[in-house]
Amino acid sequence: MRADPELYDFQPYRGRPNYLWPGDKPVAVWVAPNLEYYEIDPPANPQRKSWGKPHPDVVGFSHRDYGNRVAHWRMAEAMSKHGFPGSVSLSVALCQHHPDIVRDGVERGWEFFSHGIYNTRYTYGMDERQERAIIEDSIRTVREATGQTIRGWLAPALTHTERTMDLIAEYGLDYTCDLYHDDQVLPVKTKTGRLVSIPYSLEVNDHYGFFVYNMSPRDYADTLIRQFERLAAEGAASGSGTVMCIPLHAYLIGQPHRIGPFEDVLRHIAADGRAWIARAGEIVDHHQASVGGAA
Amino acid sequence: MSLDPSYLDYPRRREGYDHDLYPWSSIFDRKAVAWPGGKSVAVWCVVSLEWFPMTPSDMPFRAPGHMVTPYPDYRHYTAREYGTRVGTYRLLDAFAKAGAVASFAVNGAIARRYPQLVRDIVEAGHEIVAHSTDMNGTIATGLAREAEEALIADSLAALGEAGVRPRGWHSIARSQSWNTPDLLKAAGFDYMCDWANDDLPYRWSNGIVNIPLNHELSDRQILTVQQQSVDSYVEQMQDAFRWLAGEGAGRVLPLHLTPYIVGLPYRIDAFERLLGWFAAQPQAWFARGDAILDAWEAQQ
Repeated sequence: MRADPELYDFQPYRGRPNYLWPGDKPVAVWVAPNLEYYEIDPPANPQRKSWGKPHPDVVGFSHRDYGNRVAHWRMAEAMSKHGFPGSVSLSVALCQHHPDIVRDGVERGWEFFSHGIYNTRYTYGMDERQERAIIEDSIRTVREATGQTIRGWLAPALTHTERTMDLIAEYGLDYTCDLYHDDQVLPVKTKTGRLVSIPYSLEVNDHYGFFVYNMSPRDYADTLIRQFERLAAEGAASGSGTVMCIPLHAYLIGQPHRIGPFEDVLRHIAADGRAWIARAGEIVDHHQASVGGAA
Repeated sequence: MSLDPSYLDYPRRREGYDHDLYPWSSIFDRKAVAWPGGKSVAVWCVVSLEWFPMTPSDMPFRAPGHMVTPYPDYRHYTAREYGTRVGTYRLLDAFAKAGAVASFAVNGAIARRYPQLVRDIVEAGHEIVAHSTDMNGTIATGLAREAEEALIADSLAALGEAGVRPRGWHSIARSQSWNTPDLLKAAGFDYMCDWANDDLPYRWSNGIVNIPLNHELSDRQILTVQQQSVDSYVEQMQDAFRWLAGEGAGRVLPLHLTPYIVGLPYRIDAFERLLGWFAAQPQAWFARGDAILDAWEAQQ
């Protein structure tokens, strides 16, 4: 075990690479809907329980199921209406369980990356062969369902091993969403490949907003606008583009009392003019083209 | 280190759910439902009426709102009774003022201990939904099938003594075992309201209907768990109503209410104003659960 993950060097938030986003936008904004499947009766992982109650956890399961029966389309329509494509953190088994939802994302021009097989199967305790199996399964499953080759990874339920970053880089993936150390795209040290960290966010994740910070829908909307305003101002002042991610779960943001205030946020950001609204892969590509070999 | 190889087997990875309890569909692909009078939003108030014995049971789990301090917990026992004695009557008056009907999810013990209260609810035109025996009557997998069967039967018997034959069931904390839906069906229930996964009723494989009673919109979640103000609660219910009314097809807006939470003096005025606001919305239909069920079934 390592006391430091040894994935990046300390780099102060000043003197960063001098580049902005296309159109000289100071902040890149990407929306990351988590399209997930939680099993109702998953096997136990020795290090983490899936549900807090004996199966079936009716509230736990049905709350998430609300996303796949109702709230996905509410969230997706609001995004499409205001010009925000999704970069999907996908439980890849959703391609089998609810192909209509995956197809809906494809038709909206969304990008798909892997969030594991299920959000109830954790990486803790896997050996290298097992971890390779879930990466290969992810690549194969998403390719068959969408025609896309996944470029990114958000570990299932944020469960990792020390080898995860090296393995996804070896398989040619370009970005990880699992590191929360910065507001900019930055390289990750891996044995092979060329992996970068793209800012995802726990702090402005709807799950944190509603279930860690217990925000009202309008307080969460205000939080997103403050996050945007600050990151746009900093990118403009420094000349070094920042990234704002809005990580979502349909079963939370697509609730009827939350979707209206959230749509106001999308309207605000789209009208502001300082945001480059993009997919994760486009953000990574522009970063790489801008910093070139310096990455 | 490695995991048991079965951890990477996915025997239920297939189209549809990893269970056979009910089929999947998107609400936006279903035939549109219209409520009576051409209304689009069924505003479904569900009041939980609960008796917490001062001798709490943790089998299979302790109910939310149950006793906290060492015995005797007069503090929580009486604070819950406050809801039953005072808060419930504030709510009954509020419904009357707004011209609203509602459903009351009632513990069997409430009917046996306070039959007057059940009469007052029924005479005001509200529905009684079965809500277990008392707040020690929690259900989860691990509870013996016979014990669960007896619990459901006793809940029905207690309501029956008060002259009520409920069509709906609500479990404490929405918690069910694998057996619950079949036991409810066998006991003759037409609907249950534990699974919070839709904005419309839907039918289970065993024939029972689930009318989702969204826990996210409950007074407990917003006021007690998330500790938001009652004014914010009102605003959230109005935002939810406006959104659902704008979807262009019938929807249910469930308001799960707790007399000892929303029925307090400093909250009830705001709640009364909310009911008045609903009453003024042309798309709003105040409905009991059984009326929602019947209107929905007639259109399937």
